[in-house]
Amino acid sequence: MDILDILRAALQQALGPQAIVFALAAIGLNIHFGYTGLLNFGQAGFVAVGAYGLAVSVVTFGAPFWLGIVMSLVAPLVLAVILGVPTLRLRADYLAIVTIAAAEVLRFVFGSVEMKETFGGSNGLNGYARPFQQANPYSSGIDLGIISFGRNDLWSLTVGWILVALCCLLVWALMRSPWGRVLRSIREDEDAVRSLGKNVFAYKMQALALGGVIGGLGGMFLALKQASVVPSDYSTLMTFYAFAALLLGGAARVLGPVVGSVLFWFLIAGLGSFFSQSAGKGGWIPTVIMTDTQASVIRYIVLGLAIMLLMIFRPQGIFGDRREIAIDGR
Amino acid sequence: MDADMTDQTNAENNAEKNADMSKTGPAGLVGVSTEPGSKKPDPIVVADNITRTFGGLTAVDVDHVEIQRGAITALIGPNGAGKTTFFNLLTGFDQPNSGSWSLEGKSLKGVAPYKVARLGMVRTFQLTKVLAKLTVIENMRLGATGQKGERFWTAPFKFLWGNQEDEVTKKADELLARFLLDKKREDFAGSLSGGQRKLLEMARALMVDPELVMLDEPMAGVNPALKQSLLGHVKSLRDEGRTVLFVEHDMDMVRDISDWVIVMAQGKIVAEGTPDSVMADQRVIDAYLGAHHDTDLSELDEEALEAEVVAEIEEEEAK
Repeated sequence: MDILDILRAALQQALGPQAIVFALAAIGLNIHFGYTGLLNFGQAGFVAVGAYGLAVSVVTFGAPFWLGIVMSLVAPLVLAVILGVPTLRLRADYLAIVTIAAAEVLRFVFGSVEMKETFGGSNGLNGYARPFQQANPYSSGIDLGIISFGRNDLWSLTVGWILVALCCLLVWALMRSPWGRVLRSIREDEDAVRSLGKNVFAYKMQALALGGVIGGLGGMFLALKQASVVPSDYSTLMTFYAFAALLLGGAARVLGPVVGSVLFWFLIAGLGSFFSQSAGKGGWIPTVIMTDTQASVIRYIVLGLAIMLLMIFRPQGIFGDRREIAIDGR
Repeated sequence: MDADMTDQTNAENNAEKNADMSKTGPAGLVGVSTEPGSKKPDPIVVADNITRTFGGLTAVDVDHVEIQRGAITALIGPNGAGKTTFFNLLTGFDQPNSGSWSLEGKSLKGVAPYKVARLGMVRTFQLTKVLAKLTVIENMRLGATGQKGERFWTAPFKFLWGNQEDEVTKKADELLARFLLDKKREDFAGSLSGGQRKLLEMARALMVDPELVMLDEPMAGVNPALKQSLLGHVKSLRDEGRTVLFVEHDMDMVRDISDWVIVMAQGKIVAEGTPDSVMADQRVIDAYLGAHHDTDLSELDEEALEAEVVAEIEEEEAK
């Protein structure tokens, strides 16, 4: 077994584009769930409209690249308003139901044969990312000894991590303000906030929109990095991974979702590498217990177990304050 | 029933006792008719024909009621009389089936709860609603209205709201000191006791600078010593020129601080008047207080009392 190899695989993923996409999605969820107590189970939908907002504008409608970027920010905003207006006046559960359904509807619409002209069907869209690639200032990749990134990856990672940093800065600035205080109060008790003269609906809408747009940034980044969008990327699994990352790092903490996402992908890749080396031919685990194919999925079982244990013994996540999380009962 | 006899005598006793008691003059309420729904000289709230039904049950059916400005008005009545529902209707937390009501002449029909609060009518809740995972001082700061930092576009820039936040904090600290919560300033509100939560909720409501404070059972679960200081706080609200409307079951408190008492039963207002006249009212005694509310229990026929208590408990359980 090659420890260095496991570490290499894990670090490559932990700093790579996946971690950025899920960090952005989880930062959005943190605003929804961690701070405001909104149960959004359709974050993948916001990520998807962020990605498709860019791709559809440029590829289907021939808009310039910059307009595509603007649309990628506007689309999640519109989605937030459409989902928020009917549900945010109701109990929290309704938002959960509507968002998870909306995300699935969007994915099926994007992948449908009928809408192939607009959204490209299950093959998706490509050919819009050239301006992004041309803006690459790096002439070569980077070699950090144990891990290395190519020239293109280095450019997208730079942009991606800057986006993550900016979002964290924004969340930090907002959540220390009286605005953030109203959000945290809504999470605790809406009626109390109402009785003090605050327009709860407007605040919830702002929170849903902001978290959605940050999720949409994740989609924009993924679209730029991959230079193509495909509907299968935006399944409910994406939402649940983002939730897992958020809970791992700690909800209602500025850096919780980022650390959570990095750790999540570190574990996924590290465990994957560990089990594929250990099982099968030449591994120390006999094939009676685990075969090659089993080894590739066992990491999800182990990770699931780890999250369960975390929820039992440290429900606030790695960073969280136990006294200040939504999951814990009163 | 021979119980009637006792009722009658007790009522007479009360009337005599009340006549002896020196009364603090109710704010501008001298000589106001004690008919249910009577006109007040300077009403801050006027409500007409308010009805609210839950399925077949009529929870609230109020023809007309006026609340005097600058006075402390108590709303009493048996469990299920519709007091809290009436509170919810006035503050916009629930919508009536019919009726109209106004605050300082401004109609509140269909106005959202947060707007009602901004107009100066602020309530507390029977089951206290403190924000458990915020500190006491953060709970207080939330109460302040018109905060620049609560707007999305100004929130990220501290230089735009920092000064106002300092003013809000100063005001909050003064109120906390007044309500003896200053030592709990940095504690999470969830760690406070039930009585302290009542205090915090009242103090937080005052951060809004309300014209009319509506307290839903402010004394429930509060120990006697704290009760005394709460009474003082409520009185001081009146002295500041605010109007107080409160729901309460503690008759000592009602007698002690209220200028006017409104009695509700089965959704209707059945009696009004000064505390003494209301407590001597036979209808109120029948519907709510009970015949023995003013007597030392040991003097009574214990068997009769026991039977009564058992009947009451059975009734409660049947609900």
